[in-house]
Amino acid sequence: MKMDNLSVEHLIGIEHLTPRDIEIIFKTADSFKEVINRPIKKVPSLRDITIANLFFENSTRTRLSFELAEKRLSADVVNFSASSSSVSKGESLIDTVNNILSMKVDMVVMRHPSPGAAKFLSERINARVINAGDGTHEHPTQALLDTYSIRERLGSVEGKKVVIVGDIIHSRVALSNIYALQKQGAEVMVCGPTTLIPKYIHKLGVRVENNLRKALEWCDVANMLRIQLERQDIQFFPSLREYSMLYGLDKKLLDSLSKEIIVMHPGPINRGVEITSDVADSKQSIILNQVENGVAIRMAIIYLLASKIDRQ
Amino acid sequence: METQIILNKRHFDLTLQRLCRQLIENHNDFSNTVLIGLQPRGVRVVDRLKEMLESILGKQVQCGTLDITFYRDDFRRRETPPIPSVTNIDFTIENKKVILIDDVLYTGRTIRSGLDALLAFGRPEKVELLTFIDRRFKRHLPIQADYIGKAVDTLISERVSVEWEEIEGEDKVLLYTPNENG
Repeated sequence: MKMDNLSVEHLIGIEHLTPRDIEIIFKTADSFKEVINRPIKKVPSLRDITIANLFFENSTRTRLSFELAEKRLSADVVNFSASSSSVSKGESLIDTVNNILSMKVDMVVMRHPSPGAAKFLSERINARVINAGDGTHEHPTQALLDTYSIRERLGSVEGKKVVIVGDIIHSRVALSNIYALQKQGAEVMVCGPTTLIPKYIHKLGVRVENNLRKALEWCDVANMLRIQLERQDIQFFPSLREYSMLYGLDKKLLDSLSKEIIVMHPGPINRGVEITSDVADSKQSIILNQVENGVAIRMAIIYLLASKIDRQ
Repeated sequence: METQIILNKRHFDLTLQRLCRQLIENHNDFSNTVLIGLQPRGVRVVDRLKEMLESILGKQVQCGTLDITFYRDDFRRRETPPIPSVTNIDFTIENKKVILIDDVLYTGRTIRSGLDALLAFGRPEKVELLTFIDRRFKRHLPIQADYIGKAVDTLISERVSVEWEEIEGEDKVLLYTPNENG
């Protein structure tokens, strides 16, 4: 049996994917999810593929998840992180990458602090590129695993109401999630202090709400984002304490809602800021499912893109 | 395209009956034996054999389905990636006798992948191969079946199709031969 492959050659952002692409990725991820629950969690599909993980910015979850996905597909993996490399000696992105490609790498997974870095790279090198987060632009694999987790818990994404809460303006997770949710037919709302919501966000067709309780009463799913203090060069709100009082989700607020909603978080969690520990560990939270699904989703993407690599 | 019936409904049934008897001869009451069908078409053989074996033995026979997509050796030699089917083995195969089942044995490459895929679920005591149709002398790998429904001699250009009552409307096995002038 055959199916059509992805319409894209690289995974730069959700913006470029079609709803059909997302469906193919999810269908393939279903199979990989079964694989990673076997006693032996490895398949030999990518035995002859080498993948470079280039992390120009810190990451724990995404990096581990990608590495695990690559290894479970039997690919060879080389790792690179900016802090321990020649980038600190002044080498440019293209030079760094070309050097790595001379070592015959077939695929590059890259996280970079500059928006557009993945696109820039994909236009200049002869390898498949997967964007693992480019600055404040997109984080496509995160959005895919988030919507996959919603689909797993609620049966489908279509028609669901999802609110993304917090630091929208600095969040690549927010932008990718908005695209991914809308392409699958969900309604999206963003919620946070006005200073953390981009001015032109309504052009993406999302609702904006400043009151957390109202937003939560509206939604089926709440995706609580982390406050990205490392990207905030000015003060966007008076204090973390005030932020967590107005936009933090605690058990009391969650239990007082008229229906049971699902709570998500892309990690890393600042416990006590955007959500409290008892919410993060409650049965309404699917945070750890997100992490598990992350490996399956990344295996699916790598597998599908690898099938487009020419053997010669 | 010329079509020839290799097995009609009656012989189809007799063949399955005989395979059941052969399996029982070697595996007694199936207390330590499981049937595993290769996706997609081997699963149909398993479904039918399970039904027949259970009515003869009067007890449940453990069955599973195995998808070999990620173990194929022709990945990236194809235009589009093959779509994976469901793997469902909800028991351990450790120290079990496994009968791997497919509908047509041809080059042997599917079985090779199936053996690889199977080992991800544990170390079976023994693995046997059952095929409903054996296209003899066409192997690319040194793989032979332990139980054969019917062996047929075919050309590479020919195609064998096993059809099932529940899907295609009638139990039969067909051989398609392309006309010489195409």
